[in-house]
Amino acid sequence: MSDRKIGDVILKAENISLSFGGVKALTDISLDVREHEIRAIIGPNGAGKSSMLNVINGVYTPQEGTITYRGEQRKDMNTYAAAASGIARTFQNIALFSGMSVLDNIMTGRNLKIKSSFVEQALWIGRARREEMENRKVVEEIIDFLQLQHVRKTPVARLPYGIKKRVELARALAAEPNMLLLDEPMAGMNVEEKQDMCRFVLDTNDQFGTTIVLIEHDMGVVMDISDRVAVLDYGKKIGDGTPDEVRNNPEVIKAYLGAH
Amino acid sequence: MIYRESGQYKTSYINDSQIFPIKQDRYAVLAFIAFAFLAVPFIATPYFFSAILIPFLIFSLAALGLNILTGYAGQISLGTAAFMAVGAFAAYNFMLRVPGMPILLAFILGGVCASMVGILFGLPSLRIRGFYLAASTLATQFFVVWCLTKVPWFTNYSSSGVITAQEVKILGFHFNTPEEKYLLVLAIVCVMALLAKNMVRSTVGRSWMAVRDMDVAAEVIGFRIMRTKLTAFAVSSFYCGVAGALFAYCYVGTVEPEAYNLDLSFRILFMVIIGGLGSILGSFLGAGFIVLLPIVLSYIVHVTGLPNSVTSNVELMVFGALIIFFLIVEPHGLARLWQVAKEKLRLWPFPH
Repeated sequence: MSDRKIGDVILKAENISLSFGGVKALTDISLDVREHEIRAIIGPNGAGKSSMLNVINGVYTPQEGTITYRGEQRKDMNTYAAAASGIARTFQNIALFSGMSVLDNIMTGRNLKIKSSFVEQALWIGRARREEMENRKVVEEIIDFLQLQHVRKTPVARLPYGIKKRVELARALAAEPNMLLLDEPMAGMNVEEKQDMCRFVLDTNDQFGTTIVLIEHDMGVVMDISDRVAVLDYGKKIGDGTPDEVRNNPEVIKAYLGAH
Repeated sequence: MIYRESGQYKTSYINDSQIFPIKQDRYAVLAFIAFAFLAVPFIATPYFFSAILIPFLIFSLAALGLNILTGYAGQISLGTAAFMAVGAFAAYNFMLRVPGMPILLAFILGGVCASMVGILFGLPSLRIRGFYLAASTLATQFFVVWCLTKVPWFTNYSSSGVITAQEVKILGFHFNTPEEKYLLVLAIVCVMALLAKNMVRSTVGRSWMAVRDMDVAAEVIGFRIMRTKLTAFAVSSFYCGVAGALFAYCYVGTVEPEAYNLDLSFRILFMVIIGGLGSILGSFLGAGFIVLLPIVLSYIVHVTGLPNSVTSNVELMVFGALIIFFLIVEPHGLARLWQVAKEKLRLWPFPH
């Protein structure tokens, strides 16, 4: 871990407040993410972790606050702009395209790289065909990386849970993102599956230098793999720092780790 | 034992993404198409052409169009016949008003007009889905037929509302007999089916399926929902429009608004559901099923010697019962049954 170079701040969320009607999901949250780091966001259920991810990649528009990503400040992000600027994510509840094969699911992750028009694609000529093959090659590398070769052509609806989570990671990686948002990538997994997933997350960070923002409930995992941890509770940030700092923060212990 | 893919190795991605990756399928389909083009014209009777083969092909094309929208992009539509009507009337008016208009171009322009109407009536899909969308496409159906009936310009001020379609002529060759019309329709359907298959195996098809299966995720990985849905409406309506023009020019021979009623929309929807949502092959199987079944049933009932009044009712009852039976046994349609049969065949005669 020590030879990894953690760079400058790549994403900076300042004073984000988000509410739905009268319900305040996030209150005045500021958060930064450095390049190439693994940044965890933890907190009890309903603390606003997923909302925070949704704000970062433009699903929700916060009422207040700004997001600066790679020097560009945006008030209201939209999902397309976020995807185009290199942010990819996975979802808490698996959000794969259940009617499609594993291969097609991962290929959808490459959609922004495909420039041919649908007329070219209908005729299956020149650029459309070439792009399809070039992108297939990249997708196959990701399939190798995440060890999904044996299920390549299987419809995702038939896959077991752990593999589905891996396919979702593959789809996000297919976009070759600078920043990867993982919403509970290990939820509901057994120990072995968790170990596999940890390995894949660490390898992704290591090999591609992808910055990772991670929401996770498993404290062991979070403390082991993340560089810095932010703690949310009731939509407010109550702690931030290295795993050790967070572990010893009295407010965090009170709100969240009290049982430990 | 014959249907085996063992030993057929794919050494490039282009090989692996063929339309029919298994060699036997490829040869079978080529043989089938060759049979349809070369042998069928010599063995079929004129009745067979005009009562079975031509409507089967035209309905297949319309079902293919609806399948793109409903099966692939997940947007329910009850306005298929309306898009067909737009295609037919647009082709008619281009032929009528533009001197020297080639008929194939008129068909294509008819499809383009249907596309534009499709985009317009597809706009509600950006806000609503499911049954609500179905209701709004129902409005398309009624509006288009009403409009074609009420605005006399479309029917060229014909008093009866029924117009004879112009002659079908390409480069001086007249398509008059059922046999010639069959070959024309077959060629158009083959080309359009191939284009549809190409679309669904590339990014545009994946974008439709992504929006159908999980629209939030589709948005997050960078598909633009609005553009995707409207493309689906446009392509689907184009197919329906061309099918509608062929329906008028090569099947019934007249252009009239009432032919494109809600009944036709439902028939095509049944074809798609029975054939298999999200399957190109399913569109053909469904159309074949719906076109052939009444004919087969009426033949069977006729042979049993029941009186005529009973015959027509028995037909309807059996037809309805069969549809329900099929949907219970295999909700994914005939295409899925075919798929299962093929998977079984791969292992046969060794069950494990």
